[in-house]
Amino acid sequence: MKHLLSAADLSRDDALQILDTATQMHEVQHREVKKLPALRGRTVVNLFFEDSTRTRSSFEIAGKWLSADVINVSAKGSSVSKGESLRDTVMTVAAMGVDGLVIRHHASGAPQQVAQWVDAMVVNAGDGMHEHPTQALLDAYTMQQRLGDLDGKHVAIVGDLTHSRVVRSNLILLKTLRAHVTLVAPPTLMPSGIADWAKAEGFDTSYDLDGVLPHVDAAMMLRVQKERMSGGYFPTPREYTVGYGLTRQRLKVLPEHAVICHPGPMNRGLEITADAADEARSLILDQVSAGVAVRMSVLYHLLASSSEGVQK
Amino acid sequence: MSRPDSALPSATSQPAAAPSPGRVVLSTSDISRALRRMAHEVLEHNKGASDLVVLGIPTRGVELADRLVRAISQVEGVDVPVGALDVTMYRDDLRSQPVRAAHSTSIPDAGIDDKVVVLVDDVLYSGRTVRAALDALGDLGRPRAVRLAVLIDRGHRELPIRADHVGKNLPTAKSEKVRVRLQEHDGVDEVRIVEPATEETR
Repeated sequence: MKHLLSAADLSRDDALQILDTATQMHEVQHREVKKLPALRGRTVVNLFFEDSTRTRSSFEIAGKWLSADVINVSAKGSSVSKGESLRDTVMTVAAMGVDGLVIRHHASGAPQQVAQWVDAMVVNAGDGMHEHPTQALLDAYTMQQRLGDLDGKHVAIVGDLTHSRVVRSNLILLKTLRAHVTLVAPPTLMPSGIADWAKAEGFDTSYDLDGVLPHVDAAMMLRVQKERMSGGYFPTPREYTVGYGLTRQRLKVLPEHAVICHPGPMNRGLEITADAADEARSLILDQVSAGVAVRMSVLYHLLASSSEGVQK
Repeated sequence: MSRPDSALPSATSQPAAAPSPGRVVLSTSDISRALRRMAHEVLEHNKGASDLVVLGIPTRGVELADRLVRAISQVEGVDVPVGALDVTMYRDDLRSQPVRAAHSTSIPDAGIDDKVVVLVDDVLYSGRTVRAALDALGDLGRPRAVRLAVLIDRGHRELPIRADHVGKNLPTAKSEKVRVRLQEHDGVDEVRIVEPATEETR
C-alpha cells in the first residue's frame, strides 16, 4: 500500500494492522515525552484546500509526534487564491522534495489525481462528498476499543448520507472488518441507487430509526451538512429531530452496551441531543483523541519504510 | 522480532513437535538454570531487589523477563515490577526493511525514574536493538542505572555495548543463525544454532 486514498485500499490485514499499531500509538499520548523517532528526516505537507481545524491539527500532531517535519499549506493566502491550478500547486510542493502529502480538497477524486502526478505518498484527508478514510479508521478504532472485535457487530449509520464523505469510507471499512451495517436516513437524504448498491454489497438500508436502534451495537450519528444543501431536504429542523435525531426517548431503546459516535462537529439539538452527546456511552471525545493515534499509525505504515509489506 | 536472526517467522509457525534443523545448544533445563543464575547475579550486583524494574524487549525478551522476575522472587521472596519495552519505533533500520509491527510497551505504575532498570532480551548480536531500547527508555524517564541481561551473547557487536548478565556466551559465525524458542511462544524451550547449509536444505 503506497497511498491511502480510499478505505477500499485497505485489506482486512492492513486495516487490522493499522488499528493494532494505533493502540500502541495511543499509549504515547499518555507519556510525558510524546515523541517517537520513527519518521525522523521525513517531510509531510498538509495541503488543505478546504478549512478543517480538527483533521489538519490531528495530522499535524501525528506527524510531529513521529518526528516528521510537518508543513501546513492552506489554499487561503497561497498561490491557489491567485488562480494556480491544483496540478501546479502540487507539483511545486512535490518539487521541494517532500515524502508525504496529506490532501483535503472540495472536489471528489482530487487526491487520486494527485497520487498520479507525484512520487510522494498521498493520504486523502477528505475529498468533497467522496471519502475520508482516516476518519473511518478512527471511528472503527474507537468502537473496537469499547466493543471489542467488530466482526459480527451491528452498526447503524444515521442521518445525512447524501452529503457525507464519512459514510462511504465507514461503510467500506466496516464491511472489511466484517461488521453488519444499516444505513438509516429520511428518503430525501438517502442517495439515489443505494438500494442496488446495498443488495450487491450486503448491507441494509432503512427509513425507520426506531425500528433499527434496539438491535445495534453502535449508533453513528452524522452531521446534517446544511452548508452543502442547496434545496429543502426536510421541512423543519424540528421535524428532522423527531424522525432521525438521537433524542432522550431514543436513548431508552438503544441497548445498554451500545455506543454512540459522531464524527463532529455536532449540531446539538438537531441530529443529536445534549443528553446523548454527553452520555457515558458516547465516544465522541474518544474519537477526537483516537484521531491522532490512528493518523500516527497511518503515517508510520506509509512512510516509515521504503519496502512493501509488514514484518511481524 | 527483536532481530532477524532470533525470531524468524518460521520458528513461530512451526508446531512444537515438528523436528527443527540445527543443533541444540541449550535445553529446557539449561535455560532455567541460566535464568536462576542470572537472577542471583542481578540480586548480588544490586545488593537486593530494592528499586529494581525488569523490562523485556518483545517478543521473547518479555517472556524471559517474566521468568527472571519469578526466579528473583523465589530467591528473595519479593515481587519485582516487570514490564515490556517495545523498541520498534526507535530502530535505525526502519527505512531499509518492510514496516515492522509495533508491540506493546508497558511500564510498571511506579515508573522508571531513579530505578535500576534491567533490560532483558533473548539474543545480543549487533547491539542495535539495545541501542534502540536505551533511546526508548530515555523517552520514558531517567533510570538511575540500566543493566542488560541476555540469554545468549553471540558476539559480532557493531556498537560499544556489552551485557551485564549473560545466560550463555555462544561464539558463532555470522552466517549461522541462533534460534531461541520459548514455551509460551513456541511450545518448547530450546536454543539452536542453525547452520546456513541446513537452512538451505529445509
